Amino acid sequence: MTLDYLMTLSIFAGINIMLALSLNILIGFAGQVSLGHAAFFGIGAYTSAVLTVNLGLNYWFALPLSVLISGFIGFLLGLPSLRVKHDFLVLATIGINFVVVSIFNYVQFFGGPYGIVGIPRPSLFGKTFDTFGYFIYTMVWLILSVVFVIYLSKVYLRYGFEAVKEDEEAAESIGVSVPRYKMYAFTISGAMAGLAGNLWAHYMGVIFPENFAFPVSITILTMVVLGGVGTITGPIIGAVIITLLPEILRFVQNYRMLIYGTIIVLVMLFMPEGLMGYIRKVIKR
Amino acid sequence: MILNSMVLGSVYVLMAVGLTLIYGVLKILHIAHAGVYTLGALIALWIFEKTGNITIAFILSLILSGMVGVLMYSGIYKKVLKKSRIVPLVISIGMFVALQDLFRLIWGPYKKSFQVDLGIPEIITEDMVVTQSQILILIVTAISLLVMYFLMVKTKWGKALRACSDDLDMTASLGVNIERTISFGFFFGSVLAALAGILVGIYDNSVYPTMGEVPSYKAFIVIVLGGFGSLRGAVLAGFILAFAENFLVAWKGFLLPRDAIAFLIMIAILMFKPEGLFGGISR
Repeated sequence: MTLDYLMTLSIFAGINIMLALSLNILIGFAGQVSLGHAAFFGIGAYTSAVLTVNLGLNYWFALPLSVLISGFIGFLLGLPSLRVKHDFLVLATIGINFVVVSIFNYVQFFGGPYGIVGIPRPSLFGKTFDTFGYFIYTMVWLILSVVFVIYLSKVYLRYGFEAVKEDEEAAESIGVSVPRYKMYAFTISGAMAGLAGNLWAHYMGVIFPENFAFPVSITILTMVVLGGVGTITGPIIGAVIITLLPEILRFVQNYRMLIYGTIIVLVMLFMPEGLMGYIRKVIKR
Repeated sequence: MILNSMVLGSVYVLMAVGLTLIYGVLKILHIAHAGVYTLGALIALWIFEKTGNITIAFILSLILSGMVGVLMYSGIYKKVLKKSRIVPLVISIGMFVALQDLFRLIWGPYKKSFQVDLGIPEIITEDMVVTQSQILILIVTAISLLVMYFLMVKTKWGKALRACSDDLDMTASLGVNIERTISFGFFFGSVLAALAGILVGIYDNSVYPTMGEVPSYKAFIVIVLGGFGSLRGAVLAGFILAFAENFLVAWKGFLLPRDAIAFLIMIAILMFKPEGLFGGISR
């Protein structure tokens, strides 16, 4: 149990929290259930990796570009949501996840199944980040993201999301543009997941298509659902639990997906509002 | 190639018909259906290895898988039907993930061979070979589609089931035991999924815990294509998808593997013709 290990774990937790929060913007705020969130994560990671490794760009150029591009692709991938709802959107997003992963897998430019290796760590003032530096760097982004999400939940945008989530026809009838808010949600969520992907890629130094496959989407969904859909503390707690669980219970490593699945089923059966919703209910009572 | 497409299409149809039955009644995307598919294949192989008799393996596996399907409904889905729609969906995904890992823990992660001598003559002509397993798949699919048609159109159970997918509350108020009818739907749908699983296991000569992953999404693509809840649409769409995939893959220069093609087709359909190719339930 060294300090390095703890910091690495915190970096992973931080990235997971950002992923969970970004998915929560879609599901919890705007009511658009996406099961392809790992695709956004992957697009952020791959964009940054391609920019720095294949094109030799500086990290600080690649960072905003990768966030912008994943936001833009989030916008594009959000287009189906204008036509399809609920279950159908879920199917479409699952499909998107598979298509994106197979593009990573089959297009030589993205390295195929061997992925992209040698992704550089960022450096600041001529000093390359070591684990501690990267830990601080991730935490800065994490805090910025949390602040951003809290801000998002307070401004007018949130009410627009809420209206879209509750009833699209009713929202339209009072002059809330449903397509616009859906696209906002997908773009913001995509950009945030892209940022998480960027941080992941530059910490790991190597990425494979498998890192962004469908099971990862399920893991992210588990974090959000476990913590409580629509809250802000919920996804954070959920992400921390899911990150720490395999570490604390080393022996469960082998049963990980079984446990995730069971957690999802049990949480949905007995406290569909998640941990935070449940705690809130208990306090109110 | 036409033969291959027919065989592939048969499997898609078997999967999709079960899903359509369930979707039609409960409006749930039953992703764990693919868990039943894998379960069917694994149990059949297990019994076959123990007894050496493929008929017993088929029958027992189908009955057991059907019962698992009913358990999924009465144990889990029934309790969350009144909650918001994301709840049963997320549960279904959770069940699928848990089941798949459970299979891996019980039966091991490796591909196992499913070698059966079916005692059907192979058809070998000058330009094509029809293997035993291909004949088996085509015949079994034809029989099960006929049985399904008979069940749905002629029997009380089938009529009740169709009534339920029209309007659940109304049917209940007319004195139909919807509990039993839905359980029947789940049983029959799961039997079809398990059947598809066993057939694919024999055809590919391999059975493994994650074999359900791709077919599960394929089946959804089929019901999207066919128009949700429409059985006839699902049957047609299953074959169309199989043909489209095979021909696109054969067409050299197409970049992506067949699964990605299928998903692209689905996304395109959802974008431009959300009611599916053959109408169905409008939502």
